[in-house]
Parts: sequence; C-alpha cells; structure tokens
Amino acid sequence: MCGFSGYLGDLPDGASLLARMTSAIAHRGPDERGTFSSKGIGLGHARLSIVGLGDGQQPMSDASGALTIAFNGEIFNYVELRDQLRAKGYSFRTSSDTEVILHLYAELGDACVTALNGDFAFALWDGRKRRLLLARDRIGVRPLFYTWNRGTLYFASEVKALLQVPGVSAAIDPIALDQIFTLWAPIAPRTAFRGIFELEPAHVMTVQGSRSTTWSYWTLDYPDRDEPPRYKNERDAAEELRARLTEATRIRMRADVPVGAYLSGGLDSSIISALAAGMSPHELKTFSVTFDSAEHDESAFQAEMAQMLGTCHSTVACGEGDIARMFPEVIRFTERPVLRTAPAPLYHLAQRVREQGLKVVLTGEGADEVFAGYDIFKEARVRRFCARQPQSQIRAHLFRKLYPYLPGLQQQSARYLSAFFGTADGALDDPLFSHRPRFKGTAATKLFFSGDLRAKLAGYDATEELASGLPKAFDRWHTLHQAQYLEGRFLLPGYILSSQGDRMAMAHGVEGRFPFLDHTLIEFAASLPPDMKLRGLTEKHILREATKDLLPASIIRRTKQPYRAPDSVSFIGPGAPDYVRTTLSEAELSANGLFNAKAVQKLHQKCAASAHPGFRDNAAFVGILSTQLWLRSFTSSAHRTELAA
Amino acid sequence: MSTTAKDIVQAFVVENFLFGDHAHPLAGSDSLIENGVIDSTGVLELVAFLEERFEITMADSEIVPDNLDSLDRIVAFIASKATAPIAA
Repeated sequence: MCGFSGYLGDLPDGASLLARMTSAIAHRGPDERGTFSSKGIGLGHARLSIVGLGDGQQPMSDASGALTIAFNGEIFNYVELRDQLRAKGYSFRTSSDTEVILHLYAELGDACVTALNGDFAFALWDGRKRRLLLARDRIGVRPLFYTWNRGTLYFASEVKALLQVPGVSAAIDPIALDQIFTLWAPIAPRTAFRGIFELEPAHVMTVQGSRSTTWSYWTLDYPDRDEPPRYKNERDAAEELRARLTEATRIRMRADVPVGAYLSGGLDSSIISALAAGMSPHELKTFSVTFDSAEHDESAFQAEMAQMLGTCHSTVACGEGDIARMFPEVIRFTERPVLRTAPAPLYHLAQRVREQGLKVVLTGEGADEVFAGYDIFKEARVRRFCARQPQSQIRAHLFRKLYPYLPGLQQQSARYLSAFFGTADGALDDPLFSHRPRFKGTAATKLFFSGDLRAKLAGYDATEELASGLPKAFDRWHTLHQAQYLEGRFLLPGYILSSQGDRMAMAHGVEGRFPFLDHTLIEFAASLPPDMKLRGLTEKHILREATKDLLPASIIRRTKQPYRAPDSVSFIGPGAPDYVRTTLSEAELSANGLFNAKAVQKLHQKCAASAHPGFRDNAAFVGILSTQLWLRSFTSSAHRTELAA
Repeated sequence: MSTTAKDIVQAFVVENFLFGDHAHPLAGSDSLIENGVIDSTGVLELVAFLEERFEITMADSEIVPDNLDSLDRIVAFIASKATAPIAA
C-alpha cells in the first residue's frame, strides 16, 4: 500500500518533476521511495512496506526490463496467483504481490485485472509496445487521478501530486460543487478540480501513442426481479455467507506486518474483529473512536466487544475542539468539499493506529452497502408502504422508528412526515426513488450559492446526470437492489471509501482492508433475495444469521447506529479556531465568489444560536466551510476568484 | 402602510429559512417543503415563532402541512386562530 505518480510524454525535466510529485504524496509511503524513467515515461513510488518487506521495492521491472509497474494496494490472492504462474513456468525474484501483477500481465495482457482479488491502483508500462496501462480495483478502494497537459498524461494517487506539474493548477469545478451539494460526491470521473479526473472503479485505461482508451472490466450486477431466486434456503445461504466472509477475512490478514482492526461497536466491525481475533497469530489490536456527546458515542458496545474477544484495545477520544482543530488538514486530504465532519474522527483514529506501530487495519466498511444496512433502504420501503395508502394517518409513524436520533423528526405529525419523505409524490417508477428525499434535502444547501455560481449552473441537474448513467439492467432489478446499486456504485467510492476511507487512513500511512468488499462476496450477496437482506425493517438479516454465534446478543440484536460526528456545533463557541471566522468572513467569501456572503453570515449566526441545527443548516455550514478551506489549501489567490467555465 | 400578518411571516421565512435572500422566487402558494425552504427542524422553529409573535398556541393536531406549508396557508391559519378557540 503506497502512493505513486507518473507521466507519459517527453519531458526535459522528468526526474525532478517525479521527485516533486512523489514527495507530495510521501505520507502514503513513508518507508521507501523510488523512480523509473525511460524515454517518454516516468514512474515514481512512495512505499508503505507490508508484503515482501525486503524485496518489494518499486517501481518494479520484470527480468527482461520490458515491463515496469508502480502499484498502490494489495492483491489478496497473490499467493494462489503466484502458484498458478509458477506452474506455467514463471519464476519470481521477490516475495511481493507486485511481481505477481507483472507476470500476470505478461500472461493475460489487460485481462490480468480480472484475475486480481484486491484493492489496487497501478500504472504498468509495457516498453515493447510503448503502451501504458492504468487500472483501478472493482470497488474503488484505491484512488487514481489523472490529467492531460500539453499532450502529456500525468497520473497520481492523490491530486496534490498533479498540482506539482507546471501548468496544472487548482480551480473548483462548479458542476462538481453542485454534485457534492446534492449527491454528497462528484460523479466520477469528475473531481472537485476542473480538468483533473479520476479513473473510475473497475476501469482500465490504456494509452499508446496518441490513442487513449478506457473501459470497464467488472460491473456491480443484480438478478432480474422476476428471476427465480438462486438461494431459497436461508440456512444454506447463511452457511455460504459465513464461509465466504471467513475466507475474505483470512486472505486480508496476509501481511508481513501485524494487522489490527477498527471496532466501532456496531455489528459489522464486531464481526470482522471476531473473525480476525480467531485467526491472528498475535493478540489482535483493536481501535475505536469515542465522543463526548452521548448521541454519537458507542464506547459501551466497543468495550463489551473488546472484552469478549480479549483484544488489546485502544480508544481515541474525539473531544470538544478536536474536529475543528483537525478540519483544515482533513480537507487537505479529502481534496474535496464535504458536507459532514465524519472524516475528521477517522483521521484522528488513523493517527493513533500509526502511533501504536501498526500499518494495516481491517474494518467493517461495506457491509451496509452489500447487505442493505443503511436506514435509506428501510426508508424507501416505508415510503412505498405509505404510498400505497396516501391518506393513511398511521403508516407514516414508521418514519420515527427509522430515525430515533433525529429529534426534529420525532416531534412531527404523520402528515408532515409524509410530506418530508415525499410519500405522496407518486413517482414510484423514479429510478432515484430511494434516494430522492436525501438528494432533495441536501440540494436545499444550494440556497447559499452565489448569484454568479447559480448562473453558471443554470439548467444543470445533478440527479438527472446520475440517473442518465444508470445501467440498462437497472429497471429490471428489485427496488432494494436499485437502492443498493446507488449506494455501492456512487456513494461508496465517491464518499465512504475516499473521503472517510483511503484519504484519512493514508494521511498517516495506514492501510484499511475491507473483507465485506471482497468482490466474490459482493457478487454472492447481490444474488441473494432482497428479503434475506432487509427482512421487514430489520437490516442485514442474513448477516446476523450467519454470524450470531460470534457475537453477544446485545450486538447481534442491535439496530444500526449510523456513524456520525458533531457537525456545525464543532465550530461554534469561544474556543473555535480563528480560521472559522476568517474563512467565513464576508471578505473571504466575497473574494472567492462561490457563496452569498451575507446569507452565510446569517447561517453562521443561526448555527451559533441553535442547540440543534437542522440537517440542511448543518450540511450547508460544513459544506461551505470545507469549500472555503479547499480553496485555501489548493488555489492561489489568483485563482480564487476564477470560476471555471 | 400597516404591516400585515403576511408581511411578518414572509419576513421571518426570508430571514430565518432563506437567510435574507429576498431574490428567492417564493410565491405565496409555494410549498415550503417542496422548495427546500423548510426541514423538520424548521417546522418547529416556525411553530415557536408563530406562537410567540401572534400570541397563539398550536395544538399538535394543528401542526400539519395543511396549515403551515405555504405563506398563504400560514396567514389563513393565523386568521382562523384569531377567530376560533384553540383546538384541543
């Protein structure tokens, strides 16, 4: 797990540029650094040594010198692949997974990616064909950004490396900003940076001469809703799930360094910690975040699990002032505006993991997407239930059960609940039906966009763009699977795995591994009948059945508590850092030109006066603050007033 | 010119939910929810304002979109409260 950068094109000062680009992402790989340069190509690598500690230096070339790779991530099935390649006559000079990719490419060409089970992004240079292959894992765990400048392709694990290139500068992309303030994330390949793109998950891009081609090698797919279920017997399905999850965890414990685990106190991380504790050759180290505020804190459940598993448990307290103190650095690493502060505690946690000497942690990320754990899946089911009897005064009360942690909702009448959740809309065939209330509620934050920005965005609708990119088969899927696709294909890579995942952990040189995101497990889960995942209003039913012997009843029966952190309240009060006042000042807001400065001032005052700001106000506050910090971090003053065309 | 109930409510909505954006094209009959002006917390803020400013008391059964989901509905509701006993 590491970071890499590179270019494809003739550069007179390629070596010094590579050094600067790689230095910009040195946090991803503090253990070693290396470069490869040849006519028209340069690769740089910052290494976090996890597998093949003594012989896995990168960029790595094969024995002939024709193939060279810079690779970020882990190939979890590299042992099996290496055995298969040896049987075909390939010999290995190292014990690393990196060399496996080189030989696999020699054997299979571009199709090598289909044999990999792992979290990866890599650049592979084929010197004989003078052809570059860029590839990214199926789910989008590891990042890969690129841009073209004067005929040269530049690519890197983080955008900050690309900003080292002369002629490449940061300017906010207004469309991306609209997407973030509607969907929570830009729609890939777009990023927050105008003219800088990300390679989409499950995609490869080849460049040879002046020809560039990009295609997808895997898709998240679900059965037709009328298709007979492949699994009818729940016990059989639970047994297979357990076996697959155990295997996914086992291969994710492959490392030449100790592997720890995050333990949030919820079902998913508890399952992974329990499986890992049973396999670890050492006492498993587990890590948790605790909060001062009772509504966010899960420390009682964390302690119960740690005690039961006998892990060496560490907590990091995210107290008053911590989020505000860290937030500018957090945004420097998310490299995009965010509407929630939730990445900040994870940044804090990764720092603790690193201080404890660990480089690798397993987490429960992905279970909510794969086994239908999020409230939004239940919400969509209740909305359909209400829509069948729009005049019902009883059905809408179910919304309160879904959101016990939202005090504003608890006090609403059934009619208001129906209105908020759009149950009378009648748009049951809307492909975005499941997410429409979220998108609509989030889009209300655009009220604060400046007149200039609104004019640039006139006629643009982020939800239309999202809907237009859905696969043809989408209409034939069960409605739960449609909602799962929207989460798994967009929100998971676009926000969870990036802003809360890779970028927060790698800021401290920590690699997260996610057994629930093993693609074979995802394919298996996608094939399960919807009712095995969301049973009534009980989320992740089959997962609970498959793992109930691993966990105490209190965890197994626990309703999901969404991971949240204090939002605008983190930046309010006499202890708030100075940057909050200055970034939200009328002068700086007006200079940047993205937001209505006077309206933002009123929002700031309202949040300061309110004990519990509403969803829209919280999201707007954090979104505006993070956008202002993004501008401070990445753009020079000359660019701040420049809005992209 | 005297200030009407509609002026007062409109000023509150613009100040508190539109953050002073007088250019927002919110017509009297426009839904506050549909137009993203108000969320679940906002409804409670609106109720607190109406009770305090117009010296009325709203029963739970009155806190419904029929009474509060547009400027026109709010004004009509306030007028009805001025002539009717408080609902149980």
